[in-house]
Amino acid sequence: MTKVAMTVNGTTRSGEVEGRTLLVHFLRDQLGLTGTHVGCDTSQCGACVVHVDGMPVKACTMFAIEADGREVATIEGQANADGSLNTIQQAFQDHHGLQCGFCTPGMVMSAAALLKENPRPSETEVREYLEGNICRCTGYHNIVKAILAASGQDVGAIAAE
Amino acid sequence: MPKDGGIGASTKRREDVRFLTGAGNYTDDINIRGQAHVHFLRSDVAHATINAVDTAAAKDMPGVIRIFTGADFEGVGGLPCGWQVTDRHGQPMQEPGHPVIARGKIRHVGEIVAAVVAETPEQARDAAEAIALDLAELPAVVDMKAALADGATKVHDDLTGNLCYDWGFVEENREAVNEAFTKAAHVTTLELVNQRLVANPMEPRVAVGDYNRGTGDHTLYTTSQNPHVIRLLMGAFVLGIPEHKLRVVAPDVGGGFGSKIFHYAEEAFCTFAAKACNRPVKWTSSRSEAFMSDAHGRDHVTKIELALDAQNNFTALRTETYANMGAYLSTFAPSVPTWLHGTLMAGNYKTPLIYVNVKAVFTNTVPVDAYRGAGRPEATYQLERVIDKAARELGVDPIALRRQNFVTEFPYATPVAVQYDTGDYVATMDKLEQLADLAGFPARRRESESKGLLRGLGVNCYIEACGIAPSNLVGQLGARAGLYESATVRVNATGGLVVMTGSHSHGQGHETAFPQVIAEMIGIDADMIEIVHGDTANTPMGMGTYGSRSIAVGGSAMVRATEKIISKAKKIAAHLMEASEADIELKDGAFGVAGTDKSVAWGDVCLAAYVPHNYPLDDIEPGLEETAFYDPSNFTYPAGAYACEVEVDPETGKVRIVDFTAVDDFGNVINPMIVSGQVHGGLAQGIGQALLESCVYDENGQLLSASYMDYAMPRADDLPFYKVDHSCVTPCTHNPLGVKGCGEAGAIGSPPAVVNAVVDALQSGGKAVTHIDMPLSPSRVWAAMQV
Ligand code: FES
Ligand code: FES
Repeated sequence: MTKVAMTVNGTTRSGEVEGRTLLVHFLRDQLGLTGTHVGCDTSQCGACVVHVDGMPVKACTMFAIEADGREVATIEGQANADGSLNTIQQAFQDHHGLQCGFCTPGMVMSAAALLKENPRPSETEVREYLEGNICRCTGYHNIVKAILAASGQDVGAIAAE
Repeated sequence: MPKDGGIGASTKRREDVRFLTGAGNYTDDINIRGQAHVHFLRSDVAHATINAVDTAAAKDMPGVIRIFTGADFEGVGGLPCGWQVTDRHGQPMQEPGHPVIARGKIRHVGEIVAAVVAETPEQARDAAEAIALDLAELPAVVDMKAALADGATKVHDDLTGNLCYDWGFVEENREAVNEAFTKAAHVTTLELVNQRLVANPMEPRVAVGDYNRGTGDHTLYTTSQNPHVIRLLMGAFVLGIPEHKLRVVAPDVGGGFGSKIFHYAEEAFCTFAAKACNRPVKWTSSRSEAFMSDAHGRDHVTKIELALDAQNNFTALRTETYANMGAYLSTFAPSVPTWLHGTLMAGNYKTPLIYVNVKAVFTNTVPVDAYRGAGRPEATYQLERVIDKAARELGVDPIALRRQNFVTEFPYATPVAVQYDTGDYVATMDKLEQLADLAGFPARRRESESKGLLRGLGVNCYIEACGIAPSNLVGQLGARAGLYESATVRVNATGGLVVMTGSHSHGQGHETAFPQVIAEMIGIDADMIEIVHGDTANTPMGMGTYGSRSIAVGGSAMVRATEKIISKAKKIAAHLMEASEADIELKDGAFGVAGTDKSVAWGDVCLAAYVPHNYPLDDIEPGLEETAFYDPSNFTYPAGAYACEVEVDPETGKVRIVDFTAVDDFGNVINPMIVSGQVHGGLAQGIGQALLESCVYDENGQLLSASYMDYAMPRADDLPFYKVDHSCVTPCTHNPLGVKGCGEAGAIGSPPAVVNAVVDALQSGGKAVTHIDMPLSPSRVWAAMQV
């Protein structure tokens, strides 16, 4: 067992992990941050996306010890300080960009990373950026709309319904 | 305009807030103090005799609590099948036993051979790797026709061959149909495969068993679409636990699409092991496990024939389908190729004579069961493909041929045993032609051609039977369960409502849509209504969510319970205002006396029910809580017309969906935003089937597509924005809401639209291609173009 410590959503958190413990399991099982989900075992689905030092990372591809000393942001830290939904989260609700909600934390974290990199993406750029995230419920229509809306674009002009 | 928050409003979903902030409570988020973890050792061969399972080395490994093998489950019941089908000759289907852990033989890759319970998941997995299996591998049967050949290896030694049943429907029509074919002016024949799919909800299955020694109570937390059904099947048939000692909880569930309807071995195991180990026992499926342990979908091989007269009227339809059951009968598997498929073969058309033959076959593969649409996608795909082929053979417009044969008078009794109550297929097709701008297609085709691409247009219709019920009918058809739904409406003292329902939401937005219905009935704010579901301890006996039954059946139960509430509240209001009950009217959340300005607010009546100081105790009981069970008199029949435009790259065979329009008649719509979302999701799964998805076994029964690395899930850049419309409304005539159901439409209507479009594109490029089996991968399309 190895001791690790990292800043998670602005607070220092520590724990003991095995060498093989993945970051996603450390977050879920030791820190109780169950918003980060596990949807696959081949790093294909993106349900586990978090940010490490500001970069989007699949938390199932990183060992907890690799995150030692780094800044981790998860879905639990995304809402505004007063607890209200942030712009991206609000856009997902407004545009019905989620159904079962299981892929949603990963989608929101990927969307946040995209908009940081490219604040006004085109529809094609949004779809291509989401290559690593699978949603089985929404058919992506409303997720793409929500991300375009969060970037301040007029989605009514881009897609119907 | 709909009342704010009432029926017809696109109310934003209240459940979204918890999902968007990571505050959901999915089964894997549940951890019980002291829990142990199970790892299942699964077979990596498809068919074998088990000589020995040697656990000696494993049982002393770190953290191991106990190892279970098939022997531990002697005397425990097998997983039951909930639907019995009777064959063409009046004989019951063959029904093999389905053990929780394999005993004596392994019959498919992924079957559980042993289970290790340990302190941590890693220790359980490490120990499972140390179990030595002595297996004598047997030849596997994978192909259905080979499985039925003389001398084929038997999947079950105690059955006579691998045929589960040979079903004929309607058997009495067989000769008349054959005769109609001999008289036909034209016959179109098509052979096709509806490939095996994996449902793949993003949340893998999870089960946590808990047992309380002090009370003898069992609790199972599980990823299920219908907790009461799991309680019934597992309690009564597998473990022999009386229902009052067994609670099944399905909290937030991350998608189901059918695959979480069924009772699975892992649920029975965790419940059993929690008592045996005196520890809570948790299992979390990995995605690779899900590929070989969740029930698969579809898997039909079909020959369909359509007979037409000289005026191009459909005169008869005949199909022969081989339906793969896999190695065992999953919970509802026998109903899918029969009653959920055969009864929809009339489609939207007045074909007078139909005969459906289905041969269900056991093979050494994972069991197959209902997947989004269940039987109806298979029916629609065959029918709409053969109609398209017929139109091309006859040189007529595929839309005109459909229009000419539409059912136009309702109610309409089909020759395959169902009665459509309402519909307007002409209006739906008109709307599609307009919304998809079909008149502009030739110009769009020329534009694609100028870029060197082949553009195709595919159009088709569908009809489905939703609101799965009524009990007396499904009982005659072989269901071993009733298919009503229940609701308890509990009014609190100050007027807030809690509704306990047997329906279960796993993404459908029930917590938002259901309150809209009740808010509208009472005239109060939807925020005053809370929905409770997914826990057998807190809800009346229910049948769960599948077959687009939540609003049609579950919603109707809520309406009935709320009507009882209103009727009692009116009595109380009449007393409070010293008026006659017959004069009381409920409007906008207040009870008034007709013809006067007297009124009393909803909340005051509720308070009087619970604070019965001035209250007619001789006539009315205190309290305001009512339960209703609703069993409909018929299925509902949503229908639609879909158009797909594709561009095919003749150099590579790559297909791109450039336009997709779905026009559906769902009857009345409660929340248009949620309904559109359901259609989008269905379209993605149907387009996924048409272009990408396929569950593949090799000839030895090895599962080749066992992860997202080799099973192509549709991703955002595989799909377009869709145009969806549900403004064509013919309300259902036999439920109080006039609703029909929308959950499966997209998955049913889209595969034939895509394939029709690709065939159209290739033909426009001068290729004599009449059919390509799904998925239409670049290599298949390219190969089809080379002939
Ligand atoms: S769980 Fe990390 S990508 Fe699927
Ligand atoms: S909302 Fe269910 S997987 Fe995306």
